[in-house]
Amino acid sequence: MSTRLATGGRLIDRSKPLSFTFDGRSLGGFAGDTLAAALLANDQMLIGRSFKYHRPRGILASGVEEPNALVGLGQGPRFEPDQRTTTTELFAGAATVSQNAWPNLDLDIGALNNLAYRFLPAGFYYKTFMFPRFAWKHLFEPVVRLSAGIGRVPKDRDADRYEQAYDFTDVLVVGGGVAGLAAALAAAKGGQRVLVLEQTAHWGGRAPVDGIAINGMPADAWVAETVASLAALPNVTLRRRTMAAGVYDHGYVVAQEAVADHLPGADLPRHRLWRIRAGRIIAATGAIERPLAFAGNDIPGVMLASAARDYVVNWAVSPGDRTVIVTNNDDAYRTALALHDAGLVVPAILDARAKAAGELPALARARGIRVLEGRGIARVKGGKRVKAVEVCAQAGEGAVLETIACDCVAMSGGFSPVVHLYSQPGGKLVWDAANGMFTPDPARAPTGADGKPFVTCAGAASGALQAADALADAHAAGGGEAAQAPRAEAAAEAPMQPVWMMPQGAPAKLRFKMWLDFQNDVKVSDVQLAAREGYESVEHTKRYTTLGMASDQGKMSNINGLAILSDALGQPIPATGTTTFRPPYAPISFGAIAAEARGEIFQPLRRTPMHDWHAAAGAHWEPVGLWRRPYCYPRGGESHSQAVNREVTNTRQNLGLLDASTLGKILVKGPDAGRFLDMLYTGVMSSLPVGKCRYGLMCSENGFLIDDGVVVRLADDAWLCHTTSGGADRIHAHMEDWLQCEWWDWQVYTANLTEQFAQVAVVGPNARKLLERLGGIDVSKEALPFMAFTEGTLAGIPARIFRISFSGELSYEVAIPASHGLAFWKACLAAGADLGLMPYGTEALHVMRAEKGFIMIGDETDGTVIPQDLGLGWAISKKMPDYLGKRAQERSHMTNPERWKLVGLETLDGSVLPDGVLAPAPGANPNGQRATQGRVTSTYFSPTLGCGIAMGLVRRGPERIGEVLEFVAAGKSIPARICDQVFYDKSGEKQNV
Amino acid sequence: MSEPISALAGKNAEGFARVSEAGLQGMITLRGNLASAALAAAVKAATGCALPGNRGIHTKAGKAAAWMSPDELLLLVPYGEAEATAAALEAALAGEHALAANVSDARALFRVSGAKADQVAMKLCPVDFARLPQGEIRRTRAAQVAAALWRSAPDEISLVCFRSVAGYVFDLLAISARTGSELAPA
Repeated sequence: MSTRLATGGRLIDRSKPLSFTFDGRSLGGFAGDTLAAALLANDQMLIGRSFKYHRPRGILASGVEEPNALVGLGQGPRFEPDQRTTTTELFAGAATVSQNAWPNLDLDIGALNNLAYRFLPAGFYYKTFMFPRFAWKHLFEPVVRLSAGIGRVPKDRDADRYEQAYDFTDVLVVGGGVAGLAAALAAAKGGQRVLVLEQTAHWGGRAPVDGIAINGMPADAWVAETVASLAALPNVTLRRRTMAAGVYDHGYVVAQEAVADHLPGADLPRHRLWRIRAGRIIAATGAIERPLAFAGNDIPGVMLASAARDYVVNWAVSPGDRTVIVTNNDDAYRTALALHDAGLVVPAILDARAKAAGELPALARARGIRVLEGRGIARVKGGKRVKAVEVCAQAGEGAVLETIACDCVAMSGGFSPVVHLYSQPGGKLVWDAANGMFTPDPARAPTGADGKPFVTCAGAASGALQAADALADAHAAGGGEAAQAPRAEAAAEAPMQPVWMMPQGAPAKLRFKMWLDFQNDVKVSDVQLAAREGYESVEHTKRYTTLGMASDQGKMSNINGLAILSDALGQPIPATGTTTFRPPYAPISFGAIAAEARGEIFQPLRRTPMHDWHAAAGAHWEPVGLWRRPYCYPRGGESHSQAVNREVTNTRQNLGLLDASTLGKILVKGPDAGRFLDMLYTGVMSSLPVGKCRYGLMCSENGFLIDDGVVVRLADDAWLCHTTSGGADRIHAHMEDWLQCEWWDWQVYTANLTEQFAQVAVVGPNARKLLERLGGIDVSKEALPFMAFTEGTLAGIPARIFRISFSGELSYEVAIPASHGLAFWKACLAAGADLGLMPYGTEALHVMRAEKGFIMIGDETDGTVIPQDLGLGWAISKKMPDYLGKRAQERSHMTNPERWKLVGLETLDGSVLPDGVLAPAPGANPNGQRATQGRVTSTYFSPTLGCGIAMGLVRRGPERIGEVLEFVAAGKSIPARICDQVFYDKSGEKQNV
Repeated sequence: MSEPISALAGKNAEGFARVSEAGLQGMITLRGNLASAALAAAVKAATGCALPGNRGIHTKAGKAAAWMSPDELLLLVPYGEAEATAAALEAALAGEHALAANVSDARALFRVSGAKADQVAMKLCPVDFARLPQGEIRRTRAAQVAAALWRSAPDEISLVCFRSVAGYVFDLLAISARTGSELAPA
């Protein structure tokens, strides 16, 4: 069994006991434990069930590479699946649950899959679910969905908050082990800004566990001293619990800081996503130990040799009473020594190499530990826990020579440098055959804008696995002089011997139980099958078998899988190549990516100066771009449609008030401004007299209508262009694009004044009366005729009044400085109470414009519509030699009389046509779909006319006035007659009074 | 005449730094030829400041001139003087191609103050604050919206955004300044 040792544990604080639960059972641990350490201390080796076969799975590693020991952590709104117990710090009250097990971890029904392993081979999904087709949806998928998957999806909204932050540094050192610290110290001496990120809560990495001495002192002491000197330097920033997830072009690095994972419920951002711009990156990311592929290597109790050592030294946790070590290298002997020194039993070290004659094996032998050379494991015996190992000759086919009882197996297949951050931006690797690992190729490092390498691996990450080499390498990577490098003393290690399968001649029976990818349940037999079926590319094999595609991204499995594939293909490993390393290095939270963008500040909400008044008046909102505009203001128990009808009727009969502040307002000024606007609009704006307004259409180069609005001539050289509410920024950018890129020699300046002014539309028969009451400006028909504007002081506020109408009524739009917007709005309400004044919203605006047959950008236009389609020829100049879109509009397709054109539509029974419905035509189009001849673009109930009104685009529409079209909605046919689109006041008398 | 109201009427929040909407600030967008002597003279007359260089902001007696782009400046004057100053600039530059517009009401101004003010802005703006001296202005973004900022005092950052998003920016700054969420490493 696994248990807590009576003494030791360099990372735990025994004076601070913490209680937590696993599957409802209350357990105890200490501050400084990881969840994995605390679970092991409570003899909880079985943590979950595997993805495909539901095999019992335990703790395999002690760090970020862990594939198995994932749990659901937290409760309610803080529940999160797939939390890696080996990297999660224990906190008081942590509630953890096992995953992928039903009805429970010990008795799991899905484990039946385990018996069916022959029927769930590589490519199982592809092979099985292709035929018959109906079977996937009705048979396979429901079953697979039940039994597959890892964690449960959280049901509640996340209770935590997240944030991001930006940082800039000359040198970014990733990894706070001894190599990272040495590199940082060397780099900092040059005075450059240095940022050091360490993914765990502790500095020093593996060195203190491995018993290394540096500069004559124990590694722990050197680490403390070095961290203290770095912290004292003003040009160095140290961040723990921060994992560099991705390196991108131009030294851009994304890292996640676990600010409060260990302090749930604190008023802190849980994670912080750092977005760092680094001049140079030193990846001192260490190396990850590889498992060995022997039968039963996934049974709980089998773990990495380095992890077994970590649990003993760091957390004083014994992974088992009797631990058999199986290795192909000297490093694993350190585990034997650590276990032995902690008073635990190491019955044997099985060394796959023919000879184990190095310094470390000698130390093991000196302690009386049995070292068996040329031996391996034929099979691990046990189900939910290791019971024994069967020993065989590595060179043979698995004949059992001896059975050794044990409850833990510590395995080491060598180390893989963590080259992820170097490889992500394009760094290339070379195969080091002697050490069985890929290392960075210094000749093909990722390069920055200056063509120079910007990511350097340092220490074990660069392949310098021995402590002395690692420190020298890291010191050099930091720019230090060789003579000043920190000196490490560690036992010399003899060469390892790559072992990809144990024993090397294992028969199929054993290969079926040799796990490569523990999280995705991919075995040696699966990769070999893929090779037999013709897979040669490692990328294809990866996808076919799902090797390395789980949330651990194959940190432990990729090299082993690659070696098995290469062997099956009969080629050396470099010929097969590696899969691509992609960010993130380890999963980061969606919360950190979204950061502050949630709830109220999910998106910027644009508010007019009258926004709060609308809210207080109970406005029902409509999003327009990022603005919120009142859709209507329901009163009493009114429905929205009742409110809209009332607002329309009241505006037509009395007086309506609309907050039109969102309208775009762009000032265009300069000697060439007139010429510029003539090019931008389809109509002539240069001829507009000062003091007058003109409606204008803007088209793209391709002739399509992109915006409309009223243009005002303010002065000889200045125009004010109104745009649609959603279009202000887009049109301003459109203007600047043409000015800066095409007509850079034209003397024109623009300024977007949209938000400088609040704008209020005063609309209805009583509009003039209201403005007269407000006082200060002559708004008589003579002084301010239709399509003119004036300036002055209205109600004591500086104002510009435009006599324009989008409703067909007598109408003024009043622009006042935004800081007076609310005051003006209130002044209107006060002065207009007895004139029947009511505010109205965007829907009433839409109904009234539709009654008048006015088009709306986005309803009548969709990016394929030209002004000529909309009967807007009157707003297109025939005289102007050019305007944006003119030539496009002359193309044959644009002048085709068959084009769909704007008409009015009235149903025969007065009902309202559904929006967007199509009118079918006889026959089929070239795609074999039903031909169509028209569609509805705007449709409303008109309270003014008491029936439905609509506009639509219809093939040769204006030529077919009076014809009845059948529109089809939800299988029902609705007859509607084609008519003129102006339903109300065709002569325009009302707006002209 | 009614009293003008700034976007958030001086709202503020206290955390590890203080966030406050600074009320009404006169602002003028001036576009023109920055190499022109007449323009430099007009800027001097309007603000008392010499023409700022690239990314520069010059401040004098409560007024300022800030560089926005190769042909644009932002002038800061007391709110009540903005309209007259814009008109004076237009008049002074009548002989050349220039545009002066009062944009005081189109903007909101925030001050983030305290020894850790930088840390608030670091969460929202991709700016190297360690290398942002006094006298420099940055046009950048605050989370999802455009912003401009400068060091208005050793422990104070001034940040300008559009008026319509003042509420959004205030909420951003306030949550970023929440006590306990300092960026300083432990």
